[in-house]
Amino acid sequence: MKYLAGEYDIAVIGAGHAGCEAALAASRMGMKTLIFSISLEAVANMPCNPHIGGSSKGHLVREIDCLGGEMGKNIDKTMIQIKMLNTSKGPAVHSLRAQADRKRYQMEMKHTLEKQENLELKQAEIVNITLKDNKVDTIETDVGAIYKVKSVIVATGTYLRGKIFIGDYSKESGPDGVFPSNKLSECLENLGIELIRFKTGTPARISRKSIDFTKMEVQKGDNDIVPFSLDDEVKEFEQQDCYLTYTNEETHKIIRENLHRSPLFAGKIEGTGPRYCPSIEDKVVRFSDKPRHQVFVEPIGMDTDEMYIQGMSSSLPEDVQIAMYRTLPGLEHCEFTRPAYAIEYDSIDPSKLKLSLEYKDIDGLFFAGQTNGTSGYEEAACQGLIAGINSTLKIKGKEPLILDRTQGYIGVLIDDIVTKGTNEPYRMMTSRAEYRLLLRQDNADLRLTQIGYEIGLISEERYQKFLKKKENVEKEIERLKKTVVKPTEEVNDFLKRKGTTPLSTGSKLAELLKRTEITYEDLNEIDTLRPELSKQEKEEVEIQVKYEGYIKMEKEQVKKFKKMEMKALSEDIDYEKINGLSLEARQKLNKVKPISIGQASRISGVSPADINVLLIYLQLQNKK
Amino acid sequence: MEKIFKAKNPEDITNIKGYTIKYGYIMDNGKIIDEVLVSYFKSPKSYTTEDMCEINSHGGNVIMRNILELCLENGAELAEPGEFTKRAFLNGRIDLSQAESVIDIINAKTDREVKEGVKQLEGYLKKSIKDIKNHVLDLMTNIEVSIDYPEYDTPEILEDDLRNKMEIILSKLKSLEKSFDNGKIIKEGIKTAIVGRPNAGKSSLLNAILKEERAIVTEYEGTTRDTIEEFVSINGIPLKLIDTAGIRDTKNEIEKIGIEKSRKMAKEADLVILIIDSSKELTKEDYEILNIVNPKKTIVILNKMDLETKVNEKTEGISDFKNVIKISALKQKGIDSLYEKISELFNLNEINLENETIITNERHKNLIKKAITNLNKAKESLNKNMPIDIIAISLKDMLSNLGEITGEEASEEIINEIFSRFCLGK
Repeated sequence: MKYLAGEYDIAVIGAGHAGCEAALAASRMGMKTLIFSISLEAVANMPCNPHIGGSSKGHLVREIDCLGGEMGKNIDKTMIQIKMLNTSKGPAVHSLRAQADRKRYQMEMKHTLEKQENLELKQAEIVNITLKDNKVDTIETDVGAIYKVKSVIVATGTYLRGKIFIGDYSKESGPDGVFPSNKLSECLENLGIELIRFKTGTPARISRKSIDFTKMEVQKGDNDIVPFSLDDEVKEFEQQDCYLTYTNEETHKIIRENLHRSPLFAGKIEGTGPRYCPSIEDKVVRFSDKPRHQVFVEPIGMDTDEMYIQGMSSSLPEDVQIAMYRTLPGLEHCEFTRPAYAIEYDSIDPSKLKLSLEYKDIDGLFFAGQTNGTSGYEEAACQGLIAGINSTLKIKGKEPLILDRTQGYIGVLIDDIVTKGTNEPYRMMTSRAEYRLLLRQDNADLRLTQIGYEIGLISEERYQKFLKKKENVEKEIERLKKTVVKPTEEVNDFLKRKGTTPLSTGSKLAELLKRTEITYEDLNEIDTLRPELSKQEKEEVEIQVKYEGYIKMEKEQVKKFKKMEMKALSEDIDYEKINGLSLEARQKLNKVKPISIGQASRISGVSPADINVLLIYLQLQNKK
Repeated sequence: MEKIFKAKNPEDITNIKGYTIKYGYIMDNGKIIDEVLVSYFKSPKSYTTEDMCEINSHGGNVIMRNILELCLENGAELAEPGEFTKRAFLNGRIDLSQAESVIDIINAKTDREVKEGVKQLEGYLKKSIKDIKNHVLDLMTNIEVSIDYPEYDTPEILEDDLRNKMEIILSKLKSLEKSFDNGKIIKEGIKTAIVGRPNAGKSSLLNAILKEERAIVTEYEGTTRDTIEEFVSINGIPLKLIDTAGIRDTKNEIEKIGIEKSRKMAKEADLVILIIDSSKELTKEDYEILNIVNPKKTIVILNKMDLETKVNEKTEGISDFKNVIKISALKQKGIDSLYEKISELFNLNEINLENETIITNERHKNLIKKAITNLNKAKESLNKNMPIDIIAISLKDMLSNLGEITGEEASEEIINEIFSRFCLGK
């Protein structure tokens, strides 16, 4: 029996990393919000790797945090190891990565949802979305509850028609043995939404007591703990170790001998897998000259003995998996708790979305996360946040929040998938960002806190704290640029000790700091009048002064970039009717409907010649 | 067109079929201006896809100018340089890189240049750039993979290795940039001034050059209205003889060319041919001219070698010049050695058109220049011990510059390269 269960502003389908952020953002912005999960045991689950962050993903978490999202705070509460990566490779690419206590991470997030005002968390499978005048109207659960809503955010991850593969065994399933969501796929198709098939995979979990860690390299966390959230202080805790071991010729031999038993090689899996996430059999085939591959052994939590075996994802049959895992040093007697599997699922084509993440052809229908053809918890979370914000802004009758490529990795990610679509699950990488030096993890607050505050997701208290930090940094940079150091014996002695040339005339402190040999901390010795600054502030001052010239250079480029982004293209333009555009450009432009010349220039198949035609077209329009 | 053209067989010009040629007269108010052929190209089957026609008249500047003025009076507009190609491009018949090459072909003045334009169409340049890009990608991929996959045992970035690889790329870019000078010569000709005091033999030399059977001579208007430039190509050596309006007039003007004129011409030219009458002692005027020209780009010609010579390469004032040739312009002797000298001076023998890529397009040259600037920035950052992400900024910019020539996107290429070369992930 169907029944009307209530009326809400926004319903979020799925309570993974995208769904949680979406629901929290919407409810915190005052929307009466619902969030559904097929199983409440699966809220904010990490069905694959048990860590948050990593190169460029750490940046995303910082950005989520500075816009008022939850991921950073949640991992700060539940991390069991933390590391700053790339510390020797320059300020732009420093990136945090933390091992999570997976269960605690889930519990924390679930509890945060539960406590949140305006938000209801419910266990149900959504089987239908109905429209009225091409606008979202109701959603329906499997047991017949109908909710009238203004907006729906689909954040279904890998659940849509999920199917797992272990050798010749396969079954319809979501990740970690949870039910798949089949009816919703049908519903989306009935709404005219084209679905594509993607695949990914995860390695086996192994019981800790069956592993001989003495045969592996230990990988420890940092002594100096830096939290993800710029709002958090994390107390020291006892960090858990990770371990490193390697595959060998014996492993590869077993894989090669059993390749015919892999569903991938037998052609049973239709979905496209990501290049950056190859199964071990993929690696052995594609990189046959490599004698060994790295394998990381990571703890999953404090209350469990399960260990995650990164680098060994596979869809080979379980017996082959066990045999090959047991060839690894330290895993000779390993016992599986869960086998590796490949999973296939439905995604939408993200180029059918607006930059706000709303589906172009259906009013009020938003998509976020892995459903959009991305991969990774952080990628999902940031989309959820943006979808939550924009569905709210839409209901409030306001302009959507669209971050551009100069404002954050979030902007890069959404612009990439919406403008170009994707033919494999999309992973964030620092190489994708044009203005990497401006999009640092240390300055995420300077880039985004103002925006987070204006949309109402950053508290007054945090905002004031941020303003104070900003002021302190600016003042200190000013001071360093003004303060002159005289070439005294003490100063030159200091400089010589640091291995840099002594002074013959006076120099500004800022100039000394620009030398690669000298850090802000070092300068303390000859700079006695400096103010007391926090660790974050010091870091900011140092980076801004040290790399000033380079930062300026990128800012110049940003100016040029923005010029093209400001040249707006209307949604109503029919590109079929513009003379001079190539056939391919006409089709692509009509499909994507870019909002600016800048976005148009990033569509594959739109050549510089086509852009010139568009520029001429715009000029002619303006003349009219 | 119907306003000014009268066909021999009376017929309305607007009714004729596309791809036909009509014979008739260009008329101005009933007066015949010239007997012409009119070719008609009907839309959309024309170069620009618009209606087009061409008028073939008898030569001569005056008649051409009259016809042109008549057209303008009757509502035609003067095409800007590249106008037709621009229209073809805007109407969607050709793309940008094709348009660029077509413009080069239109501007081509010698066989060699036409070949160059065609080759560009075929993508020789792309191939060279691709080779350079592969070097850059190799470098960038190693850097980027170490940044995006710090956990993995990706290759370590060694400073010396980085430096060496950057040098290799730099030299490749520089030689490509240098090829533009050759490209320019091929395209525009070597700007050549013939100077010398009256009666030294300037006009004889000019006539000797123009009379060469091998010479392809074209005449066109120069940048200013009162000068005519001659474009001459001999054995593939393209010469643009500047300000020959004066020189060509053998009777009067030549005698009047003074020091000032020579000075101006010598300054503008890529090559100065200084003629000295070797049958006479050097005069004050000869010395003055010898003083104002730049020995590096000057060929001194000791003319009238058939007569008794009073001047040779060791004579004071001439001994400073490395390139001295003896000829007899009147008897057309020794002209070959002049061509050899020119060829040698401009390295023209080294331009092997079959194997070498030459850039002739200003946009490409600018992008290569930018790429060199960015590479130098990267080198500078490396020398300053800047961290790798900083060095990578300039390298990536450089890759983008090159990508603008070939139409590929830097980030995408790097990422593709990372995944094809490294084995990463869960």
